[in-house]
Amino acid sequence: MKSNAKRKIFINNMITYGIVAAAYIIMQVLVGTGHVSSLLKGLLVPFCIYVIMAVSLNLTVGILGELSLGHAGFMCVGAFAGALFSKCMKGSINPTLSLVIAIVIGAAAAAVFGMLIGIPVLRLRGDYLAIVTLAFGEIIKNLVNAIYLGRDSSGFHISFKDSMSLKLEEGGEILIKGAQGITGTPQAATFTIGVILVLITLFIVMNLVHSRTGRAIMAIRDNRIAAESIGINITKYKLLAFSISAGLAGVAGVLYAHNLTTLTAQPKNFGYNMSIMILVYVVLGGIGSIRGSVIATVILYLLPEMLRGLSNYRMLMYAIVLILAMLFNSAPQFVTMRERIMDRFGRKDKKPAKEAA
Amino acid sequence: MGFINYLINGISLGSVYAIIALGYTMVYGIAKMLNFAHGDVIMIGSYVVFVTVSTMGFPPLAGILVAVLACTLLGMTIERIAYKPLRGASPLAVLITAIGVSYLLQNVALLIFGADTKSFTSVVTIPAIKLADGQMTITGETIVTILTCIIIMLGLTTFINKSKSGQAMLAVSEDRGAATLMGINVNGTIALTFAIGSALAAIAGVLLCSAYPSLTPYTGSMPGIKAFVAAVFGGIGSIPGAFIGGILLGVIEILSKAYISSQMSDAIVFSVLIIVLLVKPTGILGKKINEKV
Amino acid sequence: MALLEVKNLSIAFGGLKAVDNFQISIDKGQLYGLIGPNGAGKTTVFNLLTGVYKPDAGSIELNGINVTGRKTTEINQSGIARTFQNIRLFKDLSVLDNVKAGLHNQYRYSTAAGIFRLPRYYKTEKKMDEKAMELLKVFGLDEECDYKASNLPYGKQRKLEIARALATKPKLLLLDEPAAGMNPNETAELMDTIRFVRDNFDMTILLIEHDMKLVSGICEELTVLNFGQVLCQGPTSSVLHNPEVVKAYLGE
Repeated sequence: MKSNAKRKIFINNMITYGIVAAAYIIMQVLVGTGHVSSLLKGLLVPFCIYVIMAVSLNLTVGILGELSLGHAGFMCVGAFAGALFSKCMKGSINPTLSLVIAIVIGAAAAAVFGMLIGIPVLRLRGDYLAIVTLAFGEIIKNLVNAIYLGRDSSGFHISFKDSMSLKLEEGGEILIKGAQGITGTPQAATFTIGVILVLITLFIVMNLVHSRTGRAIMAIRDNRIAAESIGINITKYKLLAFSISAGLAGVAGVLYAHNLTTLTAQPKNFGYNMSIMILVYVVLGGIGSIRGSVIATVILYLLPEMLRGLSNYRMLMYAIVLILAMLFNSAPQFVTMRERIMDRFGRKDKKPAKEAA
Repeated sequence: MGFINYLINGISLGSVYAIIALGYTMVYGIAKMLNFAHGDVIMIGSYVVFVTVSTMGFPPLAGILVAVLACTLLGMTIERIAYKPLRGASPLAVLITAIGVSYLLQNVALLIFGADTKSFTSVVTIPAIKLADGQMTITGETIVTILTCIIIMLGLTTFINKSKSGQAMLAVSEDRGAATLMGINVNGTIALTFAIGSALAAIAGVLLCSAYPSLTPYTGSMPGIKAFVAAVFGGIGSIPGAFIGGILLGVIEILSKAYISSQMSDAIVFSVLIIVLLVKPTGILGKKINEKV
Repeated sequence: MALLEVKNLSIAFGGLKAVDNFQISIDKGQLYGLIGPNGAGKTTVFNLLTGVYKPDAGSIELNGINVTGRKTTEINQSGIARTFQNIRLFKDLSVLDNVKAGLHNQYRYSTAAGIFRLPRYYKTEKKMDEKAMELLKVFGLDEECDYKASNLPYGKQRKLEIARALATKPKLLLLDEPAAGMNPNETAELMDTIRFVRDNFDMTILLIEHDMKLVSGICEELTVLNFGQVLCQGPTSSVLHNPEVVKAYLGE
């Protein structure tokens, strides 16, 4: 008896890549033939940003099994690190190349933060871990708002008080202006680049999950004590998952920063509200289901826009849809009802293992 | 003098956080869920008082009573419709539903009242006390807030320890299955928990807006998060813990705003939380749960 | 030299001595039983041997190497594997993946190799698949290799846990109540499996059991634990006929 798992996984992964590729091609055609409103065009890069955020959060929440409420903090780190680089390099190198390097820098910075934060945080119990990640997310946002960074011929100057304290020479440039953030970031982000990044993120996460490391991480999720008993280093793999997740959020951040001219850290873009919004996408898409995260993000990000017709009532509708969706998805009575319906349609084989789709 | 003033203000703000945190911690301890919508119930309570007192001209106490009743009903309804069906589902599912309820409350308020900031008239009619030859002023709001918090704390502790319903709550929080087998009405107990928590939220909202009189649909959100932090800080599930956590958090916030930086005060508060949890991973008064191998 | 040499092992939990002056000596290849009434401290002994608890006193030597107080992961890599009283499978992983998780330290490749699908990934995964299937076949679980572990019937879940523990290539296998919840047929099958494992995997086995048929059927030597202390030790038949032992189990 041979295992069919490898083949099924390969097909599943290809389907996921295929969905993204197909969506890209369709969108490009629609844009090319002028069928897309400027409103929707403006949403294309954000789709990519939030898909990357959701998939990377699913790595922590679904694969590692830890609730993180501060994911936006890593996006913030990546955004500012990447934007800082691009602003410094503005004019001296090709904007697209600058974006690529910025992505690497942003991802690395966010991953480092992931490691630093992970070390104390990952040994806390579930609910406490959640609140501490939220706290870190808010701290990062606050700190970034307090940074003043400038550059002149004698190098970089940093202050946490105000721009005056930077004591810049004539001709010096203020790079980060406290709560006013970074202005003049090059808008190098495009839908194509966004989709490439989405595909890379999917590649990394899906391959990670279906590998020796992924098995170790999921073993820790399913039963930490048993994982220890078979010799798996809990701290190492928790940190690995958390850092990779953070790094990918950093990539999303860089993409975000290069989609605007001004980058500021506000509650609405890097605060807990953002972290929670991403978590909603992940949970509704199915914890542990990578493909689910992609689809759920697009639908849920699109939903408020689609409901624009209902103007004032749309966010209300959104909230009601969310509650109903959760009830139908997870309430025990509905789950048994669903399973009974499925049985009646004749599922002959015993349920195969839940692979991260 | 300045320091004492700040300290008292901190205790006052902390009292509000404590009252909110009590609601969080009770629901967590007894219904085993994080009611993310709790902060928004506060906001609803404040709006009810605003409408009845400022718009309809009710006397303040009547307005508060209406708010408490409204929030109690609201809390029990939310529990019945959104949370009860999810008993037995994963905690994450319940959390997301609570988030949905939070969005719902915020947007209902937005629709009815609009996004503009309403100016809240304080319900406190006690005049401020001037001490130390006028160098220090303690506002009436501050006095009422701290006193209310103390009364609530004492009342709640007595209720939990002395009354039958209170004992039932303790039982359900320890072992829901056993409590059912003992004939305790678990549904009723949980409903009562939400009722009390929501009533407290209404009171907290009134006190909060009396001291900081701007009201928008998002007013409850940050205090809700901070109170949640306070509850965890003090040890989630512990009533004295919520009290201590709330007061400490308020004091740290006000002192940070006064002596370090207004913008960084949130970061400092959260940093303190993190440091405490690193030293005591289950919070100040939290219980250590040992997993059986 | 004995494979496992334990001397004076003790641990107290808040004033209550759970294990008091425990000692045991197990030779390579033995099928050894640890028995005693409920609450005697048997699982606590397992937890001490596998590093879940640090003993207050005493020493544990595996093949002459002192492993007292080491961490669980280190002890596993030194050669002790275990199963649990309450089955601890990786519920959402497949049967095959549960065993492959057990092979984590036997077949390695870097995270980067896994992410970028370097040739080393394919070669090593193939070897892991073969080895894992081999183990599953021993326990009759190869047909269900792609099933979710939590969907297996109880008896097969217990077997899977043993297979996973075996995957870590231990020298000493600790089985905590492997026959719990099994009917007589399943128990008889388990007895054959345990003997097979000992004979074909060069294994030494220490098991905790309440099922006396299994204990008297396969264990060569026994230690009886009562109130955390060793009551009696020796060849199975003499221990089981010892009046003290009978009294401990059945009461006065």
